[in-house]
Formats: sequence, structure tokens, C-alpha cells
Amino acid sequence: MPLTQEGIKGLTKKAWEIRRAIIETTFTCGGSHLGGSLSQTDVLVALYYKYLRIDAARPQWEDRDRFILSKGHGGIGWATILGDKGFFDKALLKDFNKTGSPFGMHLDSRRVKGCDASTGSLGHGLAIAIGLAVGARLRKKDYRTYCMMGDGELCEGTVWEASILAGHHKLDNLTAFVDRNSLMIDGPTEQITTLEPIDEKFKAFGWETLVIDGHDFAAIGEAIEKAQTIKGKPTIIICKTIKGKGVDIMEGQAQWHYGGLNSDLRDQALACIDKHYREIPG
Amino acid sequence: MAEGMTWSVTDGDKLTQAEVYGEVLSQLGDKYPDIIAITADLASSTKIERFGKKYPERFINVGIAENSMFGMAAGLALAGFKPVVSTFAAFTALRSAEQVRTDICYQNLDVKIIATHAGISFGQAGSTHHCTEDIAVMRSFANMTVIVPADGLETGNAVAAAMEWPGPVYIRVGRGFEPPVNKTKDYGYEIGKAITMREGRDITIIACGVGVLHAVRAAEVLARQGLSARVINMHTIKPIDRDAIIQAVKDTRRIITVEDHNLIGGLGSAVAEVIIETGKACGFRKLGVPDCYSIVGYPEDLYHYYKFDADGIVETVSELMRMEIEEDEDWEDEV
Ligand SMILES: Cc1ncc(C[n+]2csc(CCOP(=O)(O)OP(=O)(O)O)c2C)c(N)n1
Repeated sequence: MPLTQEGIKGLTKKAWEIRRAIIETTFTCGGSHLGGSLSQTDVLVALYYKYLRIDAARPQWEDRDRFILSKGHGGIGWATILGDKGFFDKALLKDFNKTGSPFGMHLDSRRVKGCDASTGSLGHGLAIAIGLAVGARLRKKDYRTYCMMGDGELCEGTVWEASILAGHHKLDNLTAFVDRNSLMIDGPTEQITTLEPIDEKFKAFGWETLVIDGHDFAAIGEAIEKAQTIKGKPTIIICKTIKGKGVDIMEGQAQWHYGGLNSDLRDQALACIDKHYREIPG
Repeated sequence: MAEGMTWSVTDGDKLTQAEVYGEVLSQLGDKYPDIIAITADLASSTKIERFGKKYPERFINVGIAENSMFGMAAGLALAGFKPVVSTFAAFTALRSAEQVRTDICYQNLDVKIIATHAGISFGQAGSTHHCTEDIAVMRSFANMTVIVPADGLETGNAVAAAMEWPGPVYIRVGRGFEPPVNKTKDYGYEIGKAITMREGRDITIIACGVGVLHAVRAAEVLARQGLSARVINMHTIKPIDRDAIIQAVKDTRRIITVEDHNLIGGLGSAVAEVIIETGKACGFRKLGVPDCYSIVGYPEDLYHYYKFDADGIVETVSELMRMEIEEDEDWEDEV
């Protein structure tokens, strides 16, 4: 069912609330992968609050849709959403990164409910997602599998091996995303290793490709819904995003890939986010 | 050997191992014009970027593509260069194990690898970024030399020495911000020669990496309890200093190893292999990370949790001191 204006407004609010919580947790945990957590948030919010068939009370429900965060360093952003959805008590996040906490920078599926696979070493998630999608087919299940990758992550050869496999197996129950924020750690992706044309590459490997603004909920919703209707091939949604989205000093800045916040920086970041929140139309 | 060691750092005691490495490598650039420095989107984290800033034309950032990076290093070595490669230990010894073994070690190529964030020193990142397997993996590759420096200054020494050492070398450093164990770099570092940090008669603690600091601290506590512990810094795991181990068996009859690594296959196993071959009686314990995926947390907490900090060493020493060891009067005769 397409997103209504009201629906878009609700997701927009939720996304800024999640970003707010990411900043708060980063302050208490000493440092986090802020840039990529802030850029991925809108797509994750659309999935978790609108599209994924999940039930927080039944994290192991066999028929649930699966989500794999292949760019596992976005774990702090993902955990914030899982906690908000009620997979666990979100108060636990105050111990993020602390000794003995279930939450480290990269989520551990054995310890974090709602996390379908442990990731963090880049280039692994897509193949795991393919396994889940093939598994659904073999078991005649109608769940869908979603996988979010970083754009820098696309340098990894395993991504391309996996995409050949997904195309070959015509996995139309698989939707992948690229968080195309154009930065990795050491700088702009195109300066370090040319990735473009990303869509043409996936297309050549048998994928349906969509290129959208990854901060536009209408576009995100439309693309996810379109992918659900495509038959005979997997879909990849290349989401153009801004690394550090929502916080002026972090937007488009490679050095905010990972960082800590003192109370001044935290307040500055929260002020930016609150301003965006207030400016939500309607 | 000493001739190769032309580097210096100020404030060496305040720098991390990786920071000293980056600095030393950049100082070696003129002496070794064939060095090509390579990384996979971890120039800043591994500190290899210092070399890159000084010699941009001899620096390659391949993006997040470790396997191709190690293969490419092999190709550059075949083309006559001296590649120096840096990424995290997990992405070296685990992800790219086959490139390191088959492309580099099999052909015995002159590739120097400095892998950072090893062991559980990147505690909060979790097991995807921990690497408690690399010593085991790397020492099982024929032709590979494996070095685990104790601190920043020793890292500098190891990097400089590696440039003069033939064939592939794996140097493993932590992320650590621990204080150094060496006061100066001029203590006669040599690959393959263990360093006695402290003499002792009752027991020998053989350590590598951050374990050396814990061992030295433990020995101080033990001295106050009236026990004389020898501390050996076994910075080279392969080729291992057999003589130092055999001497320790002979002199103290009790040995404990300490490492930030899985208890299977690392320093402890390497030392045990030598002890067993002597056929002599020797009490022995390994300290390190048990065979599990570590909990997350601050490294110093994790070292304590897994009992290989000074407290854990002291506890294990007490246990081992209670053990009866049947030794013959005559070392030559005893089997
Ligand atoms: C195999 C592997 N190599 C290196 C790293 C270290 N690392 C963590 S994040 C990152 C950059 C990721 O960039 P990108 O995929 O573009 O993610 P984003 O910009 O969305 O954060 C790197 C190199 C890793 N986690 N895994």
C-alpha cells in the first residue's frame, strides 16, 4: 500500500527521533560510526516502520521478513531502531560499547534480538541474504529478505560474486540497498576506486536497478513496493544519501565516519536535528 | 643488523604502536626506495598514511578490497618492489589468508605486513574486528616470519629490522594505548632473539605483545611476595627462540605464557612445542583468550576478565607454584 502524506510525515518524524537517539547514545558510549548511521536511517526507518513483516514479540518467527545490515558498522543506528520497535528494552542502549554489554559497535546476532546476522566485516552480508532468500524458496516461505550495503563496501569482490549468484538464481524475493553516500573512511569513493556506474554493473549481473534519493520517503516507499512486484530477478535500490545526514558539521565529511562527542558537540548536533524536526511540513 | 635501524621518534612512550609504525615507515622511505605502501581504506586507522603523505607516488589505497590488495602486493614484489601492507589483523589473517599464503608465502616474496587492531585490543568493536587467530594462522604458513612487538618502540625496531629480513614478515600490533615497557629503542632488538626483561629463578613468564606489560607488572607483585619470576619478551613467534625456552625449563621448571590470542595455536602452543621436545619435567600454563568469541568491552577490562592481566598472571603463578615437579638431579639424564 503506497505511503500517504500522513504516513510520510510519521516516518519523517520517526527518522529524526532515531537520529536524535543515535547522537545521545554516541555521547554516552564514547564514539560511534556516526556518518553511515545517519545516512542509512531513512531507508531503515521506512523498512522497520512500514514495510518489514516482523513482530518484536516473536524475534524468531519463521515467516518474518529478514534484514541484513551488511554495512555492520551502522550497528548503533540499527540497534536504536530495534530497541524502539521493542525487540529489547531500549534503556539497555545506555551501556552500548561498555564491558559486558550485549551491544558492541557491530551487532552480535547471538546477543541482540532482531539482529538476523552478525556483520561488521564488509562484503559478507549480501551472500548471507542470498542464503536466506534461497532458503525461503526451498521451504516455500513467502518472507522477503532485505540487505543494506555501504557504497565503499562495493569494493569487496565478494559483493560481486554474490550479485552474480543472486542474478543467476533469479531471487525476486531479495531486495538490496546501497547507501550511496559517496564516502568511505579515507575519502570520496570515486577518488579512491571508481565505483560508477553502479546501476549498470548490477544490471549486467541480472538485477533490476533503481536509483533514488535515499532521504525522500515517497521515493523510498515507491522503490520498495516496486521491488516487491518485480518477477524473475533481484532488485537493488541505489539510495543517494548524505553521510552524516542531519548534522551540519558532519554532512559530507569523511572524518565523521567514526567519532566521539563531547557535550558541546552533542548539543550542537541535537540542535540541528531538532531544527529539522520542527521544519517537518504540515 | 643494527645498521638497518635508522629511525628515531620523540615522545615514543606516548605514541601507540601504530603511530610509531607509521612514523618509522615514513623515515625508512629514502633508505628503501622500493617500498610501496598499500592499504585498504584504513590509511588513517593503521597510520600507514604517514608514509603516503611523504611519498604520495609510492602509496596506494585500493579501497575496501583486501584480497586484491594482498594479491597486488605479490605482483608488486614480483615486479621488484618491497610492498608494505597494512590493514586490521582480522582482514589480513582471516579474510585474505589465502592470498597471503599462496600468493605471498608460497612464492617467498618480499612483502612486509603490519596488521593492526589485533587480539581483543579493539574490544568494543566485537568479534568481527577482533583477531585472536592470526598468530596461529600466520605461523602455519611456511616462509612466514611472525613478530608480535611488545610496545611502540619495539614496533619501530621490528619494522626497521623486517626491511633487512628476507621473505614475508607479519608484524602484529594492538590498538592499545598501554604504557610502553621499553624506555629506549636501543636495547639490541633482533628478530628471533627473545629479550629477558627481568631475571628470575622460580618461574618464567613468556609473553608477547601487550602480555609483556602484564607479565612485567605481575613479576613486580610476585617479587613483593618473595617469588622470583623471569620475564621473557618473546617478540618473534616464528622463528622462535628455542634456546631461551630450553634455558627457562632448565632454570625454573615452571613456565607461563601470556598473549592476547586464542589459547589454541598462538605463543603458548609455540612454546609448548619446544618444551615437550626437551622431554624434561616442566609445569606449564597458557594465558590468553579462551576458545570463544570474546565479550565486548574496554580492552583492559577484557584482559582482566580473561585473566591475562597482572592479576590473572599472579593467580596462575600461585597455582603453578603449588605443583610438584619431579626433576632429576642430572639434566642430561632426565627424560
Ligand atoms: C572487510 C572489512 N574491511 C575494512 C573494514 C573497516 N571499515 C569499516 S567501515 C569502512 C568504510 C565503509 O564505507 P561504506 O561502505 O561506504 O560505509 P558508510 O560510508 O555508509 O559508512 C571500513 C573500511 C571492515 N569493517 N571490513
